[in-house]
Amino acid sequence: MEQNTTPDSLGHYGYQLVIMVAQSLAVIVPVLVSLAFILYADRKIWAAVMLRKGPNVVGPFGLFQSFADFIKFVFKEMIVPAGSNKVVFFLAPMISFVTAVGAWAVVPFNPHWVVADINVGILYLFAVSSLGVYGIIMAGWASNSKYPFLGGLRSAAQMVSYEVSIGLVLVAVLLCVGSLNISDIVYAQEKMGVWFIIPHFPMFVIFFVSALAETNRPPFDLPEAESELVAGHMVEYSSTAYLLFMIGEYFAIVLMCVMMSILFLGGWLPPLKIMPFTLIPGPLWLIGKALFIFFLFAMVKAMVPRYRYDQLMRLGWKVFLPFSLFWVVLTAGVLTAFDLAPK
Amino acid sequence: MLIQAIAFYGFAGIAIAAAFMVIASRNPVHSVLFLILTFFSAAGLFVLLGAEFVAMILIVVYVGAVAVLFLFVVMMLDINFTELRQGFLQYLPIGATIGLILLVELLLVLGVWVTAPDVDAIVAAPTPALSVAHNTKALGLLIYTKYVYLFQASGMVLLVAMIGAIVLTLRKREGVRRQDISRQVARTPETGMAVVQVASGQGLVGAEYYVGPSARDNAIHQKAGE
Repeated sequence: MEQNTTPDSLGHYGYQLVIMVAQSLAVIVPVLVSLAFILYADRKIWAAVMLRKGPNVVGPFGLFQSFADFIKFVFKEMIVPAGSNKVVFFLAPMISFVTAVGAWAVVPFNPHWVVADINVGILYLFAVSSLGVYGIIMAGWASNSKYPFLGGLRSAAQMVSYEVSIGLVLVAVLLCVGSLNISDIVYAQEKMGVWFIIPHFPMFVIFFVSALAETNRPPFDLPEAESELVAGHMVEYSSTAYLLFMIGEYFAIVLMCVMMSILFLGGWLPPLKIMPFTLIPGPLWLIGKALFIFFLFAMVKAMVPRYRYDQLMRLGWKVFLPFSLFWVVLTAGVLTAFDLAPK
Repeated sequence: MLIQAIAFYGFAGIAIAAAFMVIASRNPVHSVLFLILTFFSAAGLFVLLGAEFVAMILIVVYVGAVAVLFLFVVMMLDINFTELRQGFLQYLPIGATIGLILLVELLLVLGVWVTAPDVDAIVAAPTPALSVAHNTKALGLLIYTKYVYLFQASGMVLLVAMIGAIVLTLRKREGVRRQDISRQVARTPETGMAVVQVASGQGLVGAEYYVGPSARDNAIHQKAGE
């Protein structure tokens, strides 16, 4: 933590507060708006794979479908189950949403373009994304109903399991960086001249699959498997509470896409430091990479059938965990043997 | 320092209130949720101390994993809590004794600080100043050089605990069909499928066909054996 040497007055703090709120809004509002179109893209890609048209009624090419859905959700009646635990029932979607949004504070879009440039950025991100599971468990329990409860239990086991392999993947990458600051990860790739996807390709694959599981995307959408659990933890939710869950989920998904771009695809760096690539500003590179990964997410959703629960656990604990552990040891060994470790 | 004071009293107040609610609330799930709030406030206090690494690890490990498992277990238990509370007075002396011992220990620690303010200087291995290395690096250097054997030993203790938990809970039940992925992958059309010429009016009884190793084939086999 840096020492505070600035004048200690309320006016100063008020000024800081205004700046901070403005910065946060500058991140959240564009992400929220683009989320509407990302949702639309998700549905369009899914439809295209199935040779359907997808949303095509509201606005040109159905572009405003998400906004229509938004308005519909907000104006619907909120139904609270009689046997539910009211406080926890309403706390759950809020936690889901707040943790998903809060994680964006440490995402760098360009050198120094970050709301909170903290030393332990990647740990903060890991911590906040691991909190997202509470929204789901609390929703499952507070609804006081069978399907949500089963969904909550499933998600608790699933998200905790895949966090472990995500953590080890992060360790492997951080060994090559030598810092927990997220911007430093990109600087390290710039210095190395090669994106981490090349030396760490197996880790990229593991991170990608774990990210699918962590965000409850198909084929790992067991907490809300509609053919078994209706909608899992969201069964009893309607109106804005449901909307918060859904937006929170997509926030987390897009965050994972951005994280993958930063960790493995060089963040805001262009692929080559030559003329046509360097003309495009850094944030656009980051957004482009994130959107490409989101396209992969959408394709996986369209093409892969849902995993069975025991297969999911086996993959997490018996395949990904040993392999990522091995990779951490291998990375550390190579870095030490050839004296490549960052000082 | 006004904001720091407000933040400190905010976090500390919430931590104490939430810790009280952990033992006071009637619903066990609420207790766990208040416990999480306590962890969270403690993490906030660590951040105020400038120990951001410890704060984040507290959230990742305790809030993100340990408390999830607590919640998981408590949600699945079906306990009658009015019944459990009847033993409250019975256990009060033990609880009060433990609480008192903890309080005395805390007072001793604080008392040393008050009576001997220079005690900080004789701490075994002080971490370097924040200007030299930020505290994640300082902590890493300390743990992996000076205290590496203790660190490894604590790792071994955790490993033993983990193996113990697995040994205690792992049961091999007889007669349960398990998925054997290598066997599934090794299946070929010849071993996995039987083309049967069924004579009209006779069914499968007496018909000659290959019985493969898979469960489906076993089922056919059993059916044919009836």
